[in-house]
Amino acid sequence: MSEGIYLDNNATTMVDPKVVDAMMPYFTEQFGNPSSMHSFGDKVGRALKQARKQIQQLIGAEHDSEIVFTSCGTESDSTAILSALKAQPDRKKIITTNVEHPAVLALCDYLKKEGYKIHHLHVDEKGRLDLEEYEELLDSRTAVVSVMWANNETGTIFPVEKMAEMAHEKGVMFHTDAVQAVGKIPIDLKATKIDLLSISGHKLHAPKGIGVLYLRRGTRFRPLLRGGHQERGRRAGTENTASIVGLGKAAELALESIEHENTFVKSLRDRLEKGILEAIPNCFVTGDPDNRLPNTCNIAFEYIEGESILLMINKMGIAASSGSACTSGSLEPSHVMRAMDIPYTAAHGSVRFSLSRYNTLAEIDKVIEVMPAIVANLRKMSPYWGENGPVENPEEAFAPVYN
Amino acid sequence: MWDYSDTLKEHFFEPRNAGAIEDANAVGDVGSISCGDALRLTLKVNPETEVIEQAGFQTFGCGSAIASSSALTEIIKGKTVDEALTVSNQDIADFLDGMPPEKMHCSVMGREALQAAVANFRGEEWSDDHEEGALICKCFAIDAVMIEETVRANELRTVEEVTNYTKAGGGCSSCHEGIEEILTQVWAEKGEAIDFSQPSQPVTQPKPYAMTGFQRMKKIETTIEAIRPQLQRDHGDIELVDIDGRTIYVNMLGACKGCQLEAQTLAGVQQQLMEALGEFIKVVPASMRPQAEGAAS
Repeated sequence: MSEGIYLDNNATTMVDPKVVDAMMPYFTEQFGNPSSMHSFGDKVGRALKQARKQIQQLIGAEHDSEIVFTSCGTESDSTAILSALKAQPDRKKIITTNVEHPAVLALCDYLKKEGYKIHHLHVDEKGRLDLEEYEELLDSRTAVVSVMWANNETGTIFPVEKMAEMAHEKGVMFHTDAVQAVGKIPIDLKATKIDLLSISGHKLHAPKGIGVLYLRRGTRFRPLLRGGHQERGRRAGTENTASIVGLGKAAELALESIEHENTFVKSLRDRLEKGILEAIPNCFVTGDPDNRLPNTCNIAFEYIEGESILLMINKMGIAASSGSACTSGSLEPSHVMRAMDIPYTAAHGSVRFSLSRYNTLAEIDKVIEVMPAIVANLRKMSPYWGENGPVENPEEAFAPVYN
Repeated sequence: MWDYSDTLKEHFFEPRNAGAIEDANAVGDVGSISCGDALRLTLKVNPETEVIEQAGFQTFGCGSAIASSSALTEIIKGKTVDEALTVSNQDIADFLDGMPPEKMHCSVMGREALQAAVANFRGEEWSDDHEEGALICKCFAIDAVMIEETVRANELRTVEEVTNYTKAGGGCSSCHEGIEEILTQVWAEKGEAIDFSQPSQPVTQPKPYAMTGFQRMKKIETTIEAIRPQLQRDHGDIELVDIDGRTIYVNMLGACKGCQLEAQTLAGVQQQLMEALGEFIKVVPASMRPQAEGAAS
């Protein structure tokens, strides 16, 4: 494990050393093209088959042919949504949520310009969906529903299994972006009505640049990339063999440690959250604490800004991320925080801590130890903060001329 | 992660003049709510001499917002109010050894805070007329509002024209889709559709020199003079070296020299010269000028 305390596992994860070991031969002696007729290719072909099985087991797919390898979660999302539109040209409507990952949101914005009708489901102050709103929107003009399984910023879990059933009853295809959920919570797709599901390798200790689209047998499909027979013609292009083998291994390890994730990792997360909330005034958990991923905790620190917090903790070797405008690179405050109606003064100060099975108790205690001074230090500089707490009526006491 | 200079980081971790000045007689509150940066500047100004004796800041914001607040207070202390008002956001960024363009756009509130504080000192009401939109061109930090207004005011129709007027899109060109969207939207409001697939109209038809040699030379000189302030704003400059038929030799100076965007800048200069002269010319660096025979190489 590299130096520092890494609590940004919803952004990306360390590649498990066992995954690296499994991959290595496929960079060197096992260089064959799995499509080839000779033994060089044959061995690699067998390795891909095994990887497909490993992923099938992790997500409880009925058939291993339902696993389609892609280059990333974003490709899986695009493939799923565009396929649903191409396969059903008379259906011009998409239902999604306003807290999706940009991989879905930005694609939908683009499709809107192309003439599609996009419905964004709203969330309440805890980031929960209103299933009645959803029920009313489902109709025969809807091409696809795309709803994330778990939110990347808050960890809030959406009832996608129920939502897929509701879609199924109305004859509507259901896609879920499950990049944050797969490997963290148990999933058994054969028991659901989910048609399409996206996985990203680097969120579960496999390398970057590999993803999966789960495609339920019988779901009408139109490929995004044509040009070869790979993945049974559903995703052309020579396979990223080493990464596929790596993702297979990572899936096997994730399945082995899923209980650990939901007991030990969860207890670390709870300890961190409790420790911070007890030691620091004016901060609160965002999202739905009763229904979220075991590894994620998102805390909004009022009256200070997230990037400042991140720079400060980075200096202490602690890595996390924030929903503030400044950290996104896009200069927009987090759409997830805004969707939950979190006030600006708190939304900009939201910090996400996302753990993995590699974190230790000592690391968590270190974070709990350093956070209070960092927050206090920044608050001392904040115009919203007085001697011993927020100034009276902070929003009125400091109401700058905004441009 | 942002590419922050060491000086900037130092001003963030060890900010100068943090906190409010107790008996301040000038207070300026400004901010940008969507970017999440806000600043209260408190000054103690000598009413006789109008010298800023003390300056303090309270900032809600990111690393560069805090560092630029710290820099601002350091720069203006000891200056008269009028001197301080000449401090630009670029001066603050320079003081911190530069800043990412996205950050220049949203977190440097120094100039506005100063104006607000001075207005407060003089008992005036200050309102910010500056409107910010989504950042479109990251190379030159040009936002949507600026592009929209320029398109409207000058009836621009092509990305190329937008680049000539605002610089937006003159760098890496990845924002051209965004610029096309703005053009489409502005013209749609006027009930016109723009077809970007049509090649833009040729700027000029090639034709023989329309002016006398002397007039032409003058024209080239004045055109280049008119371009210089733009370049100087970015700490660069340009110098006319020679005119040889349709080839014009120039020297790029200051920040322009060796700048990654030198080729684009030269192309922009060439474009403006062609428009001014009404003929095809080529602008090339003086270093490419053929050496005189026998000259030392």
